[in-house]
Amino acid sequence: MKFRGFSLPKITFWRVMVALFLILGAYALFVRYTQGLGPASHMTDLFPWGLWIGFDILCGVGLAAGGFTVCAVVYIFHIERFRPIIRPTVLTAFLGYSLVIVALMVDLGRPYRIWHALVFWNPHSVMFEVAWCVMLYTTVLSLEFAPIIFEKFGMKRSMKIMHSISIPVVILGVILSTLHQSSLGSLYLIMPSKLHPLWYTPILPVLFFISAVAVGLCMTIFESYLSHRAFRQELESDLLADIGKIAAVVLAVLLVVRLQDIYTRGAVHFLFERTQEAALYWLELLLGIVAPMILFFFKKIRQNRLGLFVGALMVVLGFVMNRLNVSITGMLRGSQTSYFPSFLEIMVTVMIVALGFVIFSQAVRFFPIFAPSQERSQAAFEPGSLKQPALGPLTSHARSRD
Amino acid sequence: MSKGLLIDITKCIGCRSCETACKTQNGLPETTDTDLTASTYTRVMEVGNHFVRKMCHHCVNPTCVSVCPVGAMKKTASGPVVYDQDMCIGCRYCMAACPFQIPRYEWNSAFPRVRKCIMCKDRVAGGLPTACAEACPTGATSFGERDDLIREARERIRKEPDKYVNQIYGFNEVGGTGVMFISDVPFEKLGFRVDLLKEPLPELTWNVLEKIPKVVGVGSTLLFGIWWITNRREEVKRAEAEENEKKNDH
Repeated sequence: MKFRGFSLPKITFWRVMVALFLILGAYALFVRYTQGLGPASHMTDLFPWGLWIGFDILCGVGLAAGGFTVCAVVYIFHIERFRPIIRPTVLTAFLGYSLVIVALMVDLGRPYRIWHALVFWNPHSVMFEVAWCVMLYTTVLSLEFAPIIFEKFGMKRSMKIMHSISIPVVILGVILSTLHQSSLGSLYLIMPSKLHPLWYTPILPVLFFISAVAVGLCMTIFESYLSHRAFRQELESDLLADIGKIAAVVLAVLLVVRLQDIYTRGAVHFLFERTQEAALYWLELLLGIVAPMILFFFKKIRQNRLGLFVGALMVVLGFVMNRLNVSITGMLRGSQTSYFPSFLEIMVTVMIVALGFVIFSQAVRFFPIFAPSQERSQAAFEPGSLKQPALGPLTSHARSRD
Repeated sequence: MSKGLLIDITKCIGCRSCETACKTQNGLPETTDTDLTASTYTRVMEVGNHFVRKMCHHCVNPTCVSVCPVGAMKKTASGPVVYDQDMCIGCRYCMAACPFQIPRYEWNSAFPRVRKCIMCKDRVAGGLPTACAEACPTGATSFGERDDLIREARERIRKEPDKYVNQIYGFNEVGGTGVMFISDVPFEKLGFRVDLLKEPLPELTWNVLEKIPKVVGVGSTLLFGIWWITNRREEVKRAEAEENEKKNDH
């Protein structure tokens, strides 16, 4: 790959939009850091957690969940066919977590004291556990991402070291993810009088975990489609169809667990009340779980690029709705107040999302993320890859049949 | 050993001496606030023809203390729930989790702090009553040992059962609070939350958190095991494939 000389980028609609988002976001940050959280947001004493916690952190961590799911499937269960997805998902996860930390630095009242969580321990706090897990897992993700950089710059020795520690690192990553994905749900266990009974359940951590696995898988489909649109780089369609199949099963499990939970808690009648909460719950359940699950059950849809993308998009939207319902809409009645994010709050969030898109697209251009190559799978962060022949997407089919 | 306050809503005349005393004691600026704010730790709220003091309830097993990731909130042995502004990172979990929605934030500061009643911890440590209890001219707010205050409240209810509602608010709400109320009208009519659990809320999360060591131990063993088994399978498969190739060559 050659380095392209720097020239002025072509002006396109999306480039102008991204530039605008970055400028508005920077202005919002200026207000937030000079005048405080109040002038920048609509958060109040009665509603101290707003969009930044609900979207940037809860959704950010969840949407990055593909990292641990796919790593477990390939490295631990040795389902080699899925190896080509590892790089895009690890990149997404690493980016996702980095941006979550950026958002956290905006939301925390005293961001420069973030290190306090390392020194002053309170093991009774879910937040303490989440802080440690997110920090450790971001480290794990940087280790999982590092080989791609080492490969790019031909650092053979570093690659060998990474290779030798890969399995413990992957297992640590899976454990840490299991813990904090579920713990983001546990954050709300202590608010039984605030969170609406449609969402408040002792199994919130379990629901958060299963839905994170589902959305993590669907994000790989989502990204592959967008990468195809943007740079004509994508994953094999058979592979994506199989991810759709797995996602359908995870969604089915999620649906059964949720329905059983709402039944055993005696909360079914809330579903049929004429409330905003009930409407949102139905929408979240039907759009985010039932509809995509049915779509993914059909082979024709799984093998259709657009069909698969629409299904994945529904899961992603349903997931975002669920997290916002738990953190915002489901909390309003119990908090006896109202909240809608301010313009500046939304701008910070939009800026962070835009940053994610920009960095992802640049990374895909610069590093070997999608492009299958023989040396790549030889050299990647994979156990056994130094001994065995390349397992690029081209050869994966032949192998999976024997 | 744990101190508390008993607030008899029937005795409050709305003179707001407690508010003034609180401001002086804590060096808070005079304001025209109509609710708790970062510079108003207690406020006498008018609910119908009743006056109801609003302030931190100083839970026996406080939610805010349990949720704070850095331990900036502490329950002292003598009763007050106190806040260390030098440790706080500003995550506001204490505010989100407080069942009484009491803690306030300095939203307009670039270096914000959480603000709430600290039950005059220095006075209490020195054997004095809180400033508000000392200032109250009618005995609507009385300070003392929590156990003594419960006895006193029961005594008042027993003596005038027609006047009082037979309930001490705070006796077992969220496992009991240091600040307790008795009233002549049902508490829900005064804006009190009556849907709170009777158990301490920190147990709700501790039930999950205490399982973490098990998840880590069992989980990592299981994952290593699965890796070991499937890895072995891959190796066998590879060896067989190589063997087949050799055969085919011959």
